[in-house]
Amino acid sequence: MSDAKVTMSARRTTRRLAADAALLVVAAAFVLPLAWVLLSAVDADADLRVKAPEEFTFANFDAVLVPEVTFTPLLNSLILCGCATLLTVVCAALAAYPLSRYRSRTGRAFLATVLFTTCLPITAIMVPVYALFVQVELIDTMHGTILFFAASQLPFAVWLMKNFMDGVPKELEEAAWTDGASPFQSLLRVVLPLMGPGVAVVTVYSFVMMWGNFFVPFMLLLTPEQMPASVSIQDFFGNRGTVVYGQLAAFSVIYSTPVLLLYLLIARRLGAGFALGGAVKG
Amino acid sequence: MSSAPAGPRRSLARALPAAPGVVLLVLFLAGPIGYCVYLAFTDLQLTGQAESSFVGLANFREAFGDEDFLNAVWLTLVFTVVSSLLGQNTLGLTLASLMRRASRPVRTLTGGIVVVAWVLPEVVAGFLLYAFFRREGTLNAVLDWLQLPVQNWLFTLPILAVSFANVWRGTAFSMLVYSAALNEIPQEVTEAAEVDGAGGWRRMWHITLPMIRRSIGTNLMLNTLQTLSVFGLIWVMTRGGPGGRSQTLPLYMYEQAFQNHMIGYATAVALLLLVVGSLFSLVYMRLLRMEA
Repeated sequence: MSDAKVTMSARRTTRRLAADAALLVVAAAFVLPLAWVLLSAVDADADLRVKAPEEFTFANFDAVLVPEVTFTPLLNSLILCGCATLLTVVCAALAAYPLSRYRSRTGRAFLATVLFTTCLPITAIMVPVYALFVQVELIDTMHGTILFFAASQLPFAVWLMKNFMDGVPKELEEAAWTDGASPFQSLLRVVLPLMGPGVAVVTVYSFVMMWGNFFVPFMLLLTPEQMPASVSIQDFFGNRGTVVYGQLAAFSVIYSTPVLLLYLLIARRLGAGFALGGAVKG
Repeated sequence: MSSAPAGPRRSLARALPAAPGVVLLVLFLAGPIGYCVYLAFTDLQLTGQAESSFVGLANFREAFGDEDFLNAVWLTLVFTVVSSLLGQNTLGLTLASLMRRASRPVRTLTGGIVVVAWVLPEVVAGFLLYAFFRREGTLNAVLDWLQLPVQNWLFTLPILAVSFANVWRGTAFSMLVYSAALNEIPQEVTEAAEVDGAGGWRRMWHITLPMIRRSIGTNLMLNTLQTLSVFGLIWVMTRGGPGGRSQTLPLYMYEQAFQNHMIGYATAVALLLLVVGSLFSLVYMRLLRMEA
Protein backbone atom coordinates (compact mmCIF):
# COMPACT_ATOMS: atom_id res chain seq x y z
CA MET A 1 0.00 0.00 0.00
CA SER A 2 2.61 2.56 1.06
CA ASP A 3 4.79 1.41 -1.84
CA ALA A 4 1.96 2.18 -4.19
CA LYS A 5 1.59 5.58 -2.59
CA VAL A 6 5.26 6.31 -2.99
CA THR A 7 5.24 5.38 -6.69
CA MET A 8 2.09 7.42 -7.16
CA SER A 9 3.63 10.55 -5.68
CA ALA A 10 6.90 9.91 -7.50
CA ARG A 11 4.95 9.68 -10.72
CA ARG A 12 3.20 12.93 -9.88
CA THR A 13 6.50 14.69 -9.36
CA THR A 14 7.83 13.40 -12.66
CA ARG A 15 4.68 14.53 -14.39
CA ARG A 16 4.89 17.94 -12.80
CA LEU A 17 8.45 18.35 -13.96
CA ALA A 18 7.53 17.22 -17.47
CA ALA A 19 4.64 19.69 -17.57
CA ASP A 20 6.89 22.47 -16.27
CA ALA A 21 9.48 21.72 -18.92
CA ALA A 22 6.92 21.68 -21.73
CA LEU A 23 5.37 24.96 -20.58
CA LEU A 24 8.76 26.61 -20.33
CA VAL A 25 9.53 25.64 -23.92
CA VAL A 26 6.28 27.25 -25.09
CA ALA A 27 6.91 30.28 -22.90
CA ALA A 28 10.39 30.67 -24.41
CA ALA A 29 8.95 30.59 -27.93
CA PHE A 30 6.27 33.13 -27.03
CA VAL A 31 8.62 35.45 -25.20
CA LEU A 32 11.11 35.93 -28.05
CA PRO A 33 9.12 38.54 -30.01
CA LEU A 34 8.29 40.34 -26.75
CA ALA A 35 11.94 40.33 -25.74
CA TRP A 36 12.83 41.84 -29.11
CA VAL A 37 10.59 44.86 -28.62
CA LEU A 38 11.77 45.49 -25.06
CA LEU A 39 15.47 45.12 -25.82
CA SER A 40 15.36 47.02 -29.12
CA ALA A 41 13.60 49.95 -27.47
CA VAL A 42 16.66 50.62 -25.31
CA ASP A 43 19.26 49.64 -27.89
CA ALA A 44 21.19 52.38 -29.67
CA ASP A 45 21.81 50.05 -32.59
CA ALA A 46 18.72 47.83 -32.83
CA ASP A 47 18.07 45.48 -35.74
CA LEU A 48 15.59 42.65 -36.24
CA ARG A 49 17.23 40.14 -33.90
CA VAL A 50 16.81 39.59 -30.21
CA LYS A 51 20.09 40.64 -28.62
CA ALA A 52 21.28 42.37 -25.51
CA PRO A 53 21.80 46.08 -26.26
CA GLU A 54 25.44 46.86 -26.83
CA GLU A 55 24.80 50.33 -25.62
CA PHE A 56 21.89 50.96 -23.29
CA THR A 57 20.06 54.17 -24.17
CA PHE A 58 16.83 56.09 -23.85
CA ALA A 59 17.59 57.92 -27.09
CA ASN A 60 14.88 55.99 -28.96
CA PHE A 61 12.25 57.20 -26.50
CA ASP A 62 13.59 60.74 -26.70
CA ALA A 63 13.40 60.59 -30.48
CA VAL A 64 9.78 59.43 -30.64
CA LEU A 65 8.43 61.48 -27.74
CA VAL A 66 7.65 64.49 -29.92
CA PRO A 67 4.20 65.78 -30.86
CA GLU A 68 3.97 64.57 -34.46
CA VAL A 69 5.23 61.05 -33.77
CA THR A 70 3.70 60.16 -30.43
CA PHE A 71 1.57 62.77 -28.69
CA THR A 72 -0.78 63.67 -31.54
CA PRO A 73 -1.54 60.06 -32.55
CA LEU A 74 -2.01 59.03 -28.93
CA LEU A 75 -4.30 61.99 -28.32
CA ASN A 76 -6.26 61.03 -31.45
CA SER A 77 -6.52 57.46 -30.17
CA LEU A 78 -7.68 58.75 -26.82
CA ILE A 79 -10.37 60.98 -28.35
CA LEU A 80 -11.59 58.28 -30.73
CA CYS A 81 -11.62 55.43 -28.25
CA GLY A 82 -12.66 57.51 -25.25
CA CYS A 83 -15.70 59.07 -26.91
CA ALA A 84 -16.72 55.82 -28.59
CA THR A 85 -16.35 53.87 -25.33
CA LEU A 86 -18.45 56.43 -23.46
CA LEU A 87 -21.15 56.20 -26.11
CA THR A 88 -21.05 52.41 -26.13
CA VAL A 89 -21.24 52.08 -22.36
CA VAL A 90 -24.10 54.58 -21.97
CA CYS A 91 -26.14 53.00 -24.79
CA ALA A 92 -25.38 49.50 -23.53
CA ALA A 93 -26.41 50.27 -19.94
CA LEU A 94 -29.68 51.84 -21.12
CA ALA A 95 -30.46 49.01 -23.52
CA ALA A 96 -29.51 46.30 -21.04
CA TYR A 97 -31.95 47.60 -18.42
CA PRO A 98 -35.26 46.66 -20.09
CA LEU A 99 -33.67 43.47 -21.41
CA SER A 100 -32.65 42.41 -17.95
CA ARG A 101 -35.73 43.62 -16.07
CA TYR A 102 -38.68 42.68 -18.26
CA ARG A 103 -39.30 39.52 -20.20
CA SER A 104 -40.90 39.98 -23.57
CA ARG A 105 -40.81 38.33 -26.96
CA THR A 106 -39.39 41.47 -28.59
CA GLY A 107 -36.70 41.57 -25.94
CA ARG A 108 -35.69 37.99 -26.59
CA ALA A 109 -35.61 38.55 -30.34
CA PHE A 110 -33.53 41.68 -29.84
CA LEU A 111 -31.10 39.82 -27.62
CA ALA A 112 -30.75 37.02 -30.16
CA THR A 113 -30.00 39.60 -32.85
CA VAL A 114 -27.44 41.25 -30.61
CA LEU A 115 -25.69 37.95 -29.96
CA PHE A 116 -25.74 37.14 -33.66
CA THR A 117 -24.23 40.53 -34.53
CA THR A 118 -21.53 40.09 -31.89
CA CYS A 119 -20.03 37.32 -33.98
CA LEU A 120 -20.21 38.94 -37.41
CA PRO A 121 -16.84 39.74 -38.97
CA ILE A 122 -16.85 43.56 -38.90
CA THR A 123 -13.89 43.52 -41.31
CA ALA A 124 -16.25 42.30 -44.02
CA ILE A 125 -18.50 45.36 -43.93
CA MET A 126 -15.74 47.97 -43.98
CA VAL A 127 -15.81 48.46 -47.76
CA PRO A 128 -19.57 49.19 -47.83
CA VAL A 129 -19.17 51.37 -44.73
CA TYR A 130 -16.50 53.33 -46.56
CA ALA A 131 -18.76 53.73 -49.60
CA LEU A 132 -21.66 54.77 -47.37
CA PHE A 133 -19.53 57.27 -45.44
CA VAL A 134 -18.43 58.86 -48.71
CA GLN A 135 -22.09 59.30 -49.70
CA VAL A 136 -23.24 60.84 -46.41
CA GLU A 137 -20.01 62.85 -46.01
CA LEU A 138 -18.90 61.21 -42.80
CA ILE A 139 -15.64 60.00 -44.33
CA ASP A 140 -12.49 61.39 -42.72
CA THR A 141 -14.40 62.80 -39.75
CA MET A 142 -13.69 61.95 -36.13
CA HIS A 143 -17.37 61.92 -35.18
CA GLY A 144 -18.25 59.53 -38.01
CA THR A 145 -15.51 57.14 -36.95
CA ILE A 146 -16.54 57.45 -33.30
CA LEU A 147 -20.16 56.60 -34.14
CA PHE A 148 -19.14 53.57 -36.18
CA PHE A 149 -16.71 52.40 -33.50
CA ALA A 150 -19.41 52.69 -30.88
CA ALA A 151 -21.94 50.80 -33.01
CA SER A 152 -19.50 48.02 -33.83
CA GLN A 153 -18.69 47.42 -30.17
CA LEU A 154 -22.25 47.88 -28.93
CA PRO A 155 -23.68 44.37 -29.48
CA PHE A 156 -21.07 42.74 -27.30
CA ALA A 157 -21.31 45.51 -24.71
CA VAL A 158 -25.09 45.06 -24.48
CA TRP A 159 -24.67 41.33 -24.11
CA LEU A 160 -22.07 41.63 -21.34
CA MET A 161 -23.94 44.41 -19.58
CA LYS A 162 -27.20 42.46 -19.59
CA ASN A 163 -25.48 39.44 -18.04
CA PHE A 164 -23.91 41.55 -15.32
CA MET A 165 -27.22 43.32 -14.69
CA ASP A 166 -29.01 40.00 -14.26
CA GLY A 167 -26.80 39.52 -11.22
CA VAL A 168 -28.38 42.49 -9.40
CA PRO A 169 -31.46 41.21 -7.54
CA LYS A 170 -34.69 42.91 -8.47
CA GLU A 171 -35.76 43.21 -4.81
CA LEU A 172 -33.12 45.86 -4.26
CA GLU A 173 -34.84 48.07 -6.78
CA GLU A 174 -38.31 47.63 -5.39
CA ALA A 175 -37.60 49.88 -2.45
CA ALA A 176 -36.66 52.63 -4.87
CA TRP A 177 -39.80 52.01 -6.89
CA THR A 178 -42.07 52.31 -3.86
CA ASP A 179 -40.38 55.62 -3.14
CA GLY A 180 -41.64 56.69 -6.54
CA ALA A 181 -38.37 56.50 -8.43
CA SER A 182 -38.67 56.12 -12.18
CA PRO A 183 -36.96 53.17 -13.85
CA PHE A 184 -34.32 55.58 -15.10
CA GLN A 185 -33.59 56.82 -11.58
CA SER A 186 -33.45 53.33 -10.20
CA LEU A 187 -31.05 52.30 -12.97
CA LEU A 188 -28.79 55.24 -12.22
CA ARG A 189 -28.96 55.23 -8.41
CA VAL A 190 -29.44 51.56 -7.55
CA VAL A 191 -28.53 49.15 -10.33
CA LEU A 192 -25.41 50.68 -11.88
CA PRO A 193 -23.67 51.42 -8.57
CA LEU A 194 -24.28 47.80 -7.53
CA MET A 195 -22.72 46.48 -10.72
CA GLY A 196 -19.70 48.77 -10.69
CA PRO A 197 -17.22 45.98 -11.48
CA GLY A 198 -19.39 44.85 -14.40
CA VAL A 199 -19.52 48.37 -15.82
CA ALA A 200 -15.74 48.60 -15.40
CA VAL A 201 -15.24 45.37 -17.33
CA VAL A 202 -17.48 46.53 -20.21
CA THR A 203 -15.76 49.93 -20.31
CA VAL A 204 -12.21 48.64 -20.23
CA TYR A 205 -12.93 45.82 -22.66
CA SER A 206 -14.53 48.17 -25.22
CA PHE A 207 -11.70 50.66 -24.86
CA VAL A 208 -8.99 48.02 -25.26
CA MET A 209 -10.64 46.57 -28.35
CA MET A 210 -10.87 49.98 -30.01
CA TRP A 211 -7.40 51.10 -28.96
CA GLY A 212 -5.89 48.14 -30.79
CA ASN A 213 -8.22 48.32 -33.80
CA PHE A 214 -6.40 49.12 -37.00
CA PHE A 215 -8.83 48.50 -39.84
CA VAL A 216 -11.65 50.87 -38.86
CA PRO A 217 -9.61 54.11 -38.61
CA PHE A 218 -7.43 52.92 -41.51
CA MET A 219 -10.53 52.85 -43.70
CA LEU A 220 -12.57 55.74 -42.38
CA LEU A 221 -9.92 58.39 -41.73
CA LEU A 222 -7.74 59.88 -44.47
CA THR A 223 -5.97 62.96 -43.06
CA PRO A 224 -2.66 61.99 -41.45
CA GLU A 225 -3.15 64.53 -38.64
CA GLN A 226 -6.29 62.70 -37.49
CA MET A 227 -4.80 59.22 -37.45
CA PRO A 228 -4.70 57.30 -34.19
CA ALA A 229 -1.57 55.46 -33.08
CA SER A 230 -2.77 52.12 -34.51
CA VAL A 231 -2.49 53.57 -38.03
CA SER A 232 0.30 56.14 -37.62
CA ILE A 233 2.69 53.43 -36.44
CA GLN A 234 2.98 52.41 -40.09
CA ASP A 235 4.82 55.66 -40.81
CA PHE A 236 7.93 54.10 -39.33
CA PHE A 237 8.07 52.18 -42.57
CA GLY A 238 8.31 53.92 -45.90
CA ASN A 239 7.75 57.60 -45.24
CA ARG A 240 10.85 58.12 -43.15
CA GLY A 241 13.31 56.32 -45.39
CA THR A 242 15.16 53.50 -43.64
CA VAL A 243 13.37 51.97 -40.71
CA VAL A 244 14.81 52.88 -37.33
CA TYR A 245 13.87 49.71 -35.49
CA GLY A 246 14.82 51.05 -32.09
CA GLN A 247 12.34 53.91 -32.46
CA LEU A 248 9.64 51.63 -33.80
CA ALA A 249 10.15 49.40 -30.76
CA ALA A 250 10.08 52.36 -28.38
CA PHE A 251 6.85 53.63 -29.93
CA SER A 252 5.32 50.13 -29.75
CA VAL A 253 6.11 50.00 -26.04
CA ILE A 254 4.54 53.42 -25.41
CA TYR A 255 1.46 52.62 -27.48
CA SER A 256 0.92 49.19 -25.89
CA THR A 257 1.43 50.12 -22.25
CA PRO A 258 -2.00 51.69 -21.61
CA VAL A 259 -3.91 48.60 -22.76
CA LEU A 260 -1.64 46.25 -20.83
CA LEU A 261 -2.23 48.28 -17.67
CA LEU A 262 -5.99 48.44 -18.27
CA TYR A 263 -6.09 44.72 -18.86
CA LEU A 264 -4.28 44.10 -15.57
CA LEU A 265 -6.94 46.22 -13.90
CA ILE A 266 -9.75 43.92 -14.97
CA ALA A 267 -7.80 40.67 -15.40
CA ARG A 268 -8.85 39.24 -12.07
CA ARG A 269 -12.52 39.90 -12.72
CA LEU A 270 -12.32 38.44 -16.18
CA GLY A 271 -10.20 35.71 -14.66
CA ALA A 272 -10.29 32.19 -15.89
CA GLY A 273 -14.02 32.39 -16.40
CA PHE A 274 -13.53 35.18 -18.88
CA ALA A 275 -14.68 33.36 -22.00
CA LEU A 276 -16.59 36.47 -22.98
CA GLY A 277 -18.21 36.88 -19.60
CA GLY A 278 -21.62 35.34 -19.57
CA ALA A 279 -21.43 34.55 -23.26
CA VAL A 280 -20.20 31.04 -22.82
CA LYS A 281 -22.61 30.36 -20.00
CA GLY A 282 -25.46 31.61 -22.18
CA MET B 1 -44.76 44.79 -11.01
CA SER B 2 -43.64 43.10 -14.12
CA SER B 3 -46.31 40.42 -13.75
CA ALA B 4 -49.05 42.92 -14.58
CA PRO B 5 -50.25 42.55 -18.15
CA ALA B 6 -48.43 45.05 -20.28
CA GLY B 7 -50.34 47.06 -22.85
CA PRO B 8 -48.59 48.19 -26.01
CA ARG B 9 -48.06 51.70 -24.69
CA ARG B 10 -46.61 50.43 -21.48
CA SER B 11 -44.19 48.01 -23.13
CA LEU B 12 -43.14 50.82 -25.43
CA ALA B 13 -42.36 53.01 -22.44
CA ARG B 14 -40.40 50.19 -20.90
CA ALA B 15 -38.34 49.67 -24.01
CA LEU B 16 -37.61 53.39 -24.33
CA PRO B 17 -34.15 53.29 -22.68
CA ALA B 18 -33.03 50.95 -25.44
CA ALA B 19 -33.80 53.59 -28.07
CA PRO B 20 -30.36 55.28 -28.38
CA GLY B 21 -28.64 51.94 -28.73
CA VAL B 22 -31.15 50.72 -31.26
CA VAL B 23 -30.81 53.90 -33.31
CA LEU B 24 -27.02 53.57 -33.29
CA LEU B 25 -27.19 49.93 -34.32
CA VAL B 26 -29.71 50.54 -37.08
CA LEU B 27 -27.86 53.52 -38.56
CA PHE B 28 -24.30 52.30 -38.29
CA LEU B 29 -24.51 48.53 -38.36
CA ALA B 30 -27.76 47.36 -39.92
CA GLY B 31 -27.52 50.22 -42.45
CA PRO B 32 -24.09 49.23 -43.75
CA ILE B 33 -25.06 45.55 -43.82
CA GLY B 34 -28.13 46.38 -45.89
CA TYR B 35 -26.04 48.64 -48.10
CA CYS B 36 -23.55 45.80 -48.47
CA VAL B 37 -26.26 43.49 -49.80
CA TYR B 38 -27.37 46.20 -52.26
CA LEU B 39 -23.88 47.21 -53.43
CA ALA B 40 -22.86 43.63 -54.09
CA PHE B 41 -25.24 43.58 -57.04
CA THR B 42 -24.00 46.84 -58.59
CA ASP B 43 -20.91 47.91 -60.51
CA LEU B 44 -20.06 50.91 -58.32
CA GLN B 45 -16.50 52.12 -58.83
CA LEU B 46 -14.33 54.45 -56.85
CA THR B 47 -13.24 56.66 -59.72
CA GLY B 48 -15.72 59.51 -59.55
CA GLN B 49 -18.24 57.78 -61.78
CA ALA B 50 -21.58 59.40 -61.11
CA GLU B 51 -23.89 56.44 -60.97
CA SER B 52 -23.76 52.73 -60.77
CA SER B 53 -26.14 50.24 -62.26
CA PHE B 54 -27.62 46.99 -61.13
CA VAL B 55 -25.66 44.11 -62.57
CA GLY B 56 -27.35 41.10 -60.99
CA LEU B 57 -25.05 38.23 -60.19
CA ALA B 58 -22.26 39.46 -62.46
CA ASN B 59 -19.93 40.25 -59.55
CA PHE B 60 -20.29 36.77 -58.14
CA ARG B 61 -19.80 35.14 -61.55
CA GLU B 62 -16.70 37.25 -62.01
CA ALA B 63 -15.39 36.26 -58.59
CA PHE B 64 -15.74 32.54 -59.13
CA GLY B 65 -14.05 32.86 -62.51
CA ASP B 66 -11.15 34.86 -61.06
CA GLU B 67 -8.04 32.92 -60.15
CA ASP B 68 -6.97 35.50 -57.60
CA PHE B 69 -10.29 35.15 -55.81
CA LEU B 70 -10.06 31.36 -55.72
CA ASN B 71 -6.48 31.73 -54.49
CA ALA B 72 -7.73 34.00 -51.68
CA VAL B 73 -10.46 31.50 -50.75
CA TRP B 74 -7.87 28.72 -50.60
CA LEU B 75 -5.45 30.81 -48.52
CA THR B 76 -8.25 31.84 -46.15
CA LEU B 77 -9.03 28.17 -45.67
CA VAL B 78 -5.37 27.32 -45.00
CA PHE B 79 -5.04 30.30 -42.66
CA THR B 80 -8.16 29.30 -40.73
CA VAL B 81 -7.35 25.61 -40.47
CA VAL B 82 -3.69 26.06 -39.57
CA SER B 83 -3.96 29.01 -37.24
CA SER B 84 -7.35 28.56 -35.64
CA LEU B 85 -8.27 24.88 -35.78
CA LEU B 86 -4.85 23.29 -35.44
CA GLY B 87 -2.90 26.12 -33.87
CA GLN B 88 -4.81 28.20 -31.35
CA ASN B 89 -7.28 25.48 -30.46
CA THR B 90 -4.85 22.61 -29.95
CA LEU B 91 -2.11 24.68 -28.36
CA GLY B 92 -4.67 26.37 -26.09
CA LEU B 93 -5.99 23.03 -24.90
CA THR B 94 -2.48 21.63 -24.44
CA LEU B 95 -1.40 24.65 -22.42
CA ALA B 96 -4.54 24.54 -20.29
CA SER B 97 -4.11 20.87 -19.44
CA LEU B 98 -0.37 21.17 -18.82
CA MET B 99 -1.04 24.07 -16.48
CA ARG B 100 -3.14 21.88 -14.23
CA ARG B 101 -0.13 19.72 -13.53
CA ALA B 102 2.61 22.31 -13.57
CA SER B 103 4.04 24.09 -10.57
CA ARG B 104 2.59 27.45 -9.71
CA PRO B 105 5.43 29.81 -10.75
CA VAL B 106 5.80 28.15 -14.17
CA ARG B 107 2.03 28.30 -14.66
CA THR B 108 1.85 31.99 -13.81
CA LEU B 109 4.85 32.86 -15.95
CA THR B 110 3.67 31.00 -19.05
CA GLY B 111 0.10 32.20 -18.68
CA GLY B 112 1.29 35.77 -18.28
CA ILE B 113 3.47 35.72 -21.39
CA VAL B 114 0.80 34.12 -23.55
CA VAL B 115 -1.83 36.62 -22.38
CA VAL B 116 0.45 39.62 -23.04
CA ALA B 117 0.78 38.44 -26.66
CA TRP B 118 -3.01 38.49 -26.84
CA VAL B 119 -3.56 41.89 -25.24
CA LEU B 120 -1.03 43.73 -27.42
CA PRO B 121 -2.58 45.84 -30.19
CA GLU B 122 -2.90 43.93 -33.46
CA VAL B 123 -0.47 46.15 -35.37
CA VAL B 124 2.20 45.88 -32.71
CA ALA B 125 1.85 42.10 -32.77
CA GLY B 126 2.25 42.33 -36.54
CA PHE B 127 5.52 44.25 -36.24
CA LEU B 128 6.92 41.93 -33.60
CA LEU B 129 6.29 38.88 -35.76
CA TYR B 130 7.49 40.64 -38.88
CA ALA B 131 10.79 41.15 -37.09
CA PHE B 132 10.70 37.56 -35.85
CA PHE B 133 10.20 35.99 -39.29
CA ARG B 134 12.37 38.30 -41.39
CA ARG B 135 15.47 36.85 -43.02
CA GLU B 136 17.69 38.69 -40.57
CA GLY B 137 15.23 38.12 -37.73
CA THR B 138 15.14 36.13 -34.52
CA LEU B 139 13.74 32.87 -35.88
CA ASN B 140 16.67 32.43 -38.25
CA ALA B 141 19.08 33.38 -35.48
CA VAL B 142 17.66 30.57 -33.35
CA LEU B 143 17.67 28.09 -36.23
CA ASP B 144 21.24 29.04 -37.03
CA TRP B 145 22.23 28.47 -33.43
CA LEU B 146 20.56 25.03 -33.52
CA GLN B 147 22.43 24.40 -36.80
CA LEU B 148 19.18 24.02 -38.72
CA PRO B 149 18.70 25.43 -42.24
CA VAL B 150 17.56 29.05 -42.35
CA GLN B 151 15.33 30.63 -44.96
CA ASN B 152 13.50 33.82 -45.80
CA TRP B 153 10.19 32.83 -44.18
CA LEU B 154 8.14 35.79 -45.34
CA PHE B 155 9.13 34.97 -48.91
CA THR B 156 9.16 31.19 -49.00
CA LEU B 157 6.22 30.39 -46.74
CA PRO B 158 4.32 33.64 -46.16
CA ILE B 159 0.96 32.03 -45.40
CA LEU B 160 2.56 29.77 -42.79
CA ALA B 161 4.37 32.73 -41.23
CA VAL B 162 1.16 34.75 -40.86
CA SER B 163 -0.64 31.65 -39.57
CA PHE B 164 1.96 31.19 -36.87
CA ALA B 165 1.68 34.87 -36.10
CA ASN B 166 -2.03 34.42 -35.56
CA VAL B 167 -1.35 31.44 -33.29
CA TRP B 168 1.04 33.58 -31.25
CA ARG B 169 -1.54 36.31 -30.96
CA GLY B 170 -4.69 34.27 -30.43
CA THR B 171 -3.80 31.22 -28.33
CA ALA B 172 -4.46 32.97 -25.03
CA PHE B 173 -8.19 33.07 -25.71
CA SER B 174 -8.41 29.29 -26.19
CA MET B 175 -6.17 28.77 -23.19
CA LEU B 176 -8.51 30.82 -20.98
CA VAL B 177 -11.63 29.09 -22.29
CA TYR B 178 -10.15 25.63 -21.77
CA SER B 179 -8.69 26.45 -18.37
CA ALA B 180 -12.18 27.44 -17.26
CA ALA B 181 -13.69 24.30 -18.78
CA LEU B 182 -11.12 21.95 -17.24
CA ASN B 183 -11.62 23.52 -13.84
CA GLU B 184 -15.23 22.45 -13.93
CA ILE B 185 -14.42 18.75 -14.32
CA PRO B 186 -14.84 17.23 -10.86
CA GLN B 187 -11.57 16.06 -9.32
CA GLU B 188 -13.07 12.63 -8.50
CA VAL B 189 -13.64 11.84 -12.15
CA THR B 190 -10.00 12.34 -13.03
CA GLU B 191 -8.81 10.51 -9.92
CA ALA B 192 -11.09 7.54 -10.52
CA ALA B 193 -9.74 7.18 -14.04
CA GLU B 194 -6.20 7.47 -12.73
CA VAL B 195 -6.77 4.71 -10.16
CA ASP B 196 -8.24 2.54 -12.91
CA GLY B 197 -4.89 2.92 -14.60
CA ALA B 198 -6.03 4.94 -17.59
CA GLY B 199 -2.98 6.63 -19.08
CA GLY B 200 -2.69 10.31 -19.93
CA TRP B 201 -3.79 10.07 -23.55
CA ARG B 202 -6.67 7.70 -22.90
CA ARG B 203 -7.93 9.88 -20.05
CA MET B 204 -7.80 12.86 -22.36
CA TRP B 205 -9.60 11.10 -25.19
CA HIS B 206 -12.28 9.19 -23.26
CA ILE B 207 -12.98 11.44 -20.31
CA THR B 208 -11.69 14.99 -20.64
CA LEU B 209 -12.58 15.73 -24.25
CA PRO B 210 -16.18 14.43 -24.07
CA MET B 211 -16.73 16.45 -20.88
CA ILE B 212 -15.59 19.73 -22.39
CA ARG B 213 -17.02 19.20 -25.87
CA ARG B 214 -19.29 22.22 -25.62
CA SER B 215 -16.40 24.50 -24.75
CA ILE B 216 -14.56 23.03 -27.71
CA GLY B 217 -17.46 23.89 -29.99
CA THR B 218 -17.79 27.42 -28.63
CA ASN B 219 -14.08 28.03 -28.80
CA LEU B 220 -13.77 26.74 -32.36
CA MET B 221 -16.62 28.96 -33.53
CA LEU B 222 -15.26 32.11 -31.91
CA ASN B 223 -11.70 31.41 -33.06
CA THR B 224 -12.83 30.82 -36.60
CA LEU B 225 -14.91 34.00 -36.69
CA GLN B 226 -12.02 36.00 -35.31
CA THR B 227 -9.57 34.44 -37.77
CA LEU B 228 -11.83 35.10 -40.76
CA SER B 229 -11.65 38.81 -40.10
CA VAL B 230 -7.91 39.19 -39.48
CA PHE B 231 -6.60 42.08 -41.56
CA GLY B 232 -4.07 44.23 -39.72
CA LEU B 233 -1.76 41.38 -38.73
CA ILE B 234 -1.31 40.16 -42.31
CA TRP B 235 -1.26 43.69 -43.71
CA VAL B 236 1.64 44.68 -41.49
CA MET B 237 3.61 41.47 -42.06
CA THR B 238 3.27 40.88 -45.79
CA ARG B 239 0.56 43.15 -47.32
CA GLY B 240 -0.80 39.88 -48.72
CA GLY B 241 2.32 39.25 -50.73
CA PRO B 242 4.64 38.30 -52.15
CA GLY B 243 2.63 37.80 -55.31
CA GLY B 244 -0.62 37.28 -53.41
CA ARG B 245 0.71 34.25 -51.57
CA SER B 246 -0.63 35.37 -48.20
CA GLN B 247 -3.64 37.27 -49.55
CA THR B 248 -6.65 36.05 -47.57
CA LEU B 249 -10.16 37.24 -48.43
CA PRO B 250 -10.14 40.47 -46.35
CA LEU B 251 -6.89 41.55 -48.05
CA TYR B 252 -8.19 40.58 -51.48
CA MET B 253 -11.33 42.58 -50.80
CA TYR B 254 -9.29 45.61 -49.78
CA GLU B 255 -7.11 45.40 -52.88
CA GLN B 256 -10.10 45.14 -55.21
CA ALA B 257 -11.76 48.13 -53.55
CA PHE B 258 -8.83 50.52 -53.25
CA GLN B 259 -6.22 49.47 -55.77
CA ASN B 260 -8.57 48.38 -58.54
CA HIS B 261 -11.37 50.79 -57.50
CA MET B 262 -14.05 48.09 -57.85
CA ILE B 263 -16.27 48.87 -54.87
CA GLY B 264 -19.21 46.83 -56.17
CA TYR B 265 -17.08 43.79 -56.82
CA ALA B 266 -15.23 44.08 -53.50
CA THR B 267 -18.56 44.33 -51.72
CA ALA B 268 -19.71 41.10 -53.36
CA VAL B 269 -16.63 39.43 -51.87
CA ALA B 270 -17.43 41.08 -48.55
CA LEU B 271 -20.97 39.71 -48.71
CA LEU B 272 -19.64 36.19 -49.21
CA LEU B 273 -17.44 36.64 -46.16
CA LEU B 274 -20.39 37.99 -44.22
CA VAL B 275 -22.55 35.01 -45.20
CA VAL B 276 -19.89 32.54 -44.07
CA GLY B 277 -19.56 34.52 -40.84
CA SER B 278 -23.34 34.46 -40.32
CA LEU B 279 -23.47 30.70 -40.76
CA PHE B 280 -20.78 30.22 -38.13
CA SER B 281 -22.59 32.71 -35.94
CA LEU B 282 -25.84 30.75 -36.18
CA VAL B 283 -24.07 27.50 -35.31
CA TYR B 284 -22.50 29.25 -32.34
CA MET B 285 -25.89 30.43 -31.08
CA ARG B 286 -27.19 26.91 -31.48
CA LEU B 287 -24.35 25.61 -29.32
CA LEU B 288 -25.12 28.20 -26.65
CA ARG B 289 -28.76 27.17 -26.56
CA MET B 290 -27.80 23.52 -26.11
CA GLU B 291 -25.67 24.55 -23.19
CA ALA B 292 -28.29 26.66 -21.43
